[in-house]
Amino acid sequence: MDHSETQDTSLYRSQDQTVATWFRSGEPWIWVTGAAVAVSVIAVVGLLLILAVRGLGHFWPSDIVQFDYVDARSGTQTVVAGQLADSEQVSLEQLSSSGLALDPSLGDIRRRDLIKTGNRDLTGADFRWFLYERMSTIEKPEGLMVLERREWGNFYGYLLAVKEAGVTVTEQPPMVFSEPVWEEFRSRLQRALDLNETIQDIEKNDTRALNYRLEQLRLDERALELNENLDSQLRQRESARIAEARAEIAVKYDVLQETLNDLHTQIGRDSFTAITVTGQEVELTFAKVVHALLPNQMSVLEKVLAWFAKLAEFLSEEPREANTEGGVYPAIFGTVLMVLLMSIMVTPFGVVAAVYLREYAKQGVVTRTIRIAVNNLAGVPSIVYGVFGLGFFVYGVGEQVDHLFFEAALPAPTFGTPGLLWASLTLAILTVPVVIVATEEGLARIPRSVREGSLALGATKAETLWRVVLPMASPAMMTGVILAVARAAGEVAPLMLVGVVKLAPALPLDGNFPFLHLDQKFMHLGFHIYDVGFQSPNVEAARPLVYATALLLVVVIAVLNFSAVNIRNHLREKYKALEH
Amino acid sequence: MTDTKENVCLEVKGLQLYYDNDKQALKDIDMYIMQQRVTAFIGPSGCGKSSLLRCFNRMNDLVDGCRVEGQILLDGTDIYDSKVDASRLRRRIGMVFQKPNPFPKSIYENVAYGLRIQGVNKKRVLDEVVEKSLRDAALWDEVKDRLHDSALGLSGGQQQRLVIARTIAIEPEVLLLDEPASALDPISTLKIEELINDLKSKYTIIIVTHNMQQAARVSEFTAFMYLGELIEFGNTDRIFTNPNEKQTEDYITGRYG
Repeated sequence: MDHSETQDTSLYRSQDQTVATWFRSGEPWIWVTGAAVAVSVIAVVGLLLILAVRGLGHFWPSDIVQFDYVDARSGTQTVVAGQLADSEQVSLEQLSSSGLALDPSLGDIRRRDLIKTGNRDLTGADFRWFLYERMSTIEKPEGLMVLERREWGNFYGYLLAVKEAGVTVTEQPPMVFSEPVWEEFRSRLQRALDLNETIQDIEKNDTRALNYRLEQLRLDERALELNENLDSQLRQRESARIAEARAEIAVKYDVLQETLNDLHTQIGRDSFTAITVTGQEVELTFAKVVHALLPNQMSVLEKVLAWFAKLAEFLSEEPREANTEGGVYPAIFGTVLMVLLMSIMVTPFGVVAAVYLREYAKQGVVTRTIRIAVNNLAGVPSIVYGVFGLGFFVYGVGEQVDHLFFEAALPAPTFGTPGLLWASLTLAILTVPVVIVATEEGLARIPRSVREGSLALGATKAETLWRVVLPMASPAMMTGVILAVARAAGEVAPLMLVGVVKLAPALPLDGNFPFLHLDQKFMHLGFHIYDVGFQSPNVEAARPLVYATALLLVVVIAVLNFSAVNIRNHLREKYKALEH
Repeated sequence: MTDTKENVCLEVKGLQLYYDNDKQALKDIDMYIMQQRVTAFIGPSGCGKSSLLRCFNRMNDLVDGCRVEGQILLDGTDIYDSKVDASRLRRRIGMVFQKPNPFPKSIYENVAYGLRIQGVNKKRVLDEVVEKSLRDAALWDEVKDRLHDSALGLSGGQQQRLVIARTIAIEPEVLLLDEPASALDPISTLKIEELINDLKSKYTIIIVTHNMQQAARVSEFTAFMYLGELIEFGNTDRIFTNPNEKQTEDYITGRYG
């Protein structure tokens, strides 16, 4: 029988498109896979976008609005000034049920604005909701200023007069803006800021160094007391040395104190008076002010510059006002330092363990069990490691270390309390399985022929490992470190138990010997987010900082990861011999 | 030089090799390897010629479950004696593998590797040895301007000659070549064969090959192996022209293999 009669031998695609042929063609599969990628990309981009908009918008010096407001409940009329923080649509039903008598003819949905009115010292709250329909004569007066203060949050109002030692230097009537008065104000503010920087510098560096040395002397003295088998001559010489050093420090301390007193008097010299939109007059010293802006007069360019300045401050300053103002520099520093320490600890440890498992241990039931156990360790919840770190490192090892080496400081613990070292170690333990698994895979991929080549030249197994195998496996080790960093940098729960605190402006790395203070507590971006977001007394003020800090944490982790990936790519390029 | 008992370099006595404790790969091998001669091992795939070659520098030690009985004598010392240090043995008996396996280092460092292992780090000494070894391996002219480039940038034939240079840099007495040209093109193969001819005045060479013409071209002695047994061993000319055993003749004339 002829073949062509029973079988369609045409090479053209079949014309009758049924669902079955569509499925067979694989096209739905392409759509499904593509959609999965799209959803992931949208999720990631959306996340970053939300963090960026909410977080970075906080630093924008938006205009200050001033309006008359009739309170819906009491009917009293007040003047309000502040910056718009949020705006939302609320149903009439919801507003009515909260006891507000509103005109139903204006529609079912009402706009409600959150205004940052500041002046917490005068009014008690710095964010308030206002119904849009009750606002009238909304304007943006050019003389309305916002002051960022060291305490009590922002101040909104008009400048009245600048004073030096209580005597008025220059003044202007309320609600009137005059350029020379503002210039005078600005230059005196700059002077106060410069002085404040000097004070901070002295307090942070010089005073702290002296305090550190005093503490060391106290410990030396205590150690002398504890050391019973020291002959009396040595003892006398030692206590004489301590007394002498103390006297020396006391002299320096007095000098510093005098300088500080002088600076404090200087900084307290100038003051100014301002009036709020409700007519309250206040007198403030320049020492209390961090920033002074007239946002209603600023051009877009000026605002952009101000935005960058605020962002820079966020990245480089210490937090103020229970972490709701100022910057997060100590937290960035703590996060990065902790991750670096963790990497330094975890890499050798994980690599050595992997080398034993892969290269030396007899491959059998025991090694397989250990391998499974190691893999499972990677899945243990991190808080469990925190508990382990607290119980084993802090209360176990730390206490022993204190008894052995820091007896003079007891009963105050040195290492027997949560700190940087224990936090890094705990995270190292947490991430060591990742490094072991990655390194083992890397070792397994080194071709046998290269090992044999080395052995055939008279190298021992150890020499082969050290000179050929480990360098070739180094990209895989870096992969392990990358994964470890990615996991450790975002970890918060265990850190709360083993070393992270709400506020620790003193960095664990400074100019006092031994420079790196592993026993110190530190700040961490992840914990900072939690603290600012959920432990803060001023929720509205803190919320944008939560987003900004979260964005920053993502950026920090990305930077750490990219550096590790770069190192790995460099190593890969160097040792790309795996095609054998 | 005549081939007398004094010129014997390696003597194999009753060698048995087992993989996985029971599978016997080599059965009762007895043979001599003459000094400064080329000995070729031929035979069909899986006949044990590579296994035998790897016995000479104890490469089989690395294989789990591998066991060797019998003796291989080098200067009267059994290399399987428990007091023998395998890495010292491998300095005297070098090996080149089927696939080129340069280290992911520079050409220079590849050649210097063996000496560095022995603790030689003087630049002058290393420079000298690297140049001499590369010249001996007929590679010097091709790479002298890029000694510090990665060895992985060389062609397959160059890599194989580099591996030979690396091996002769530590001045072994014996060179074990495990199908050194099987992964190379004909021109590179020819270069390797020329190289073997040059090297045999200084080294005792044992070569495993599945290419009978190659065995005939480069070797003085030939061993024919089949299923783990040494069927026939003798002068290459005689084996190829007038074999004693029927199996040898069948293999050489291409009736199986």
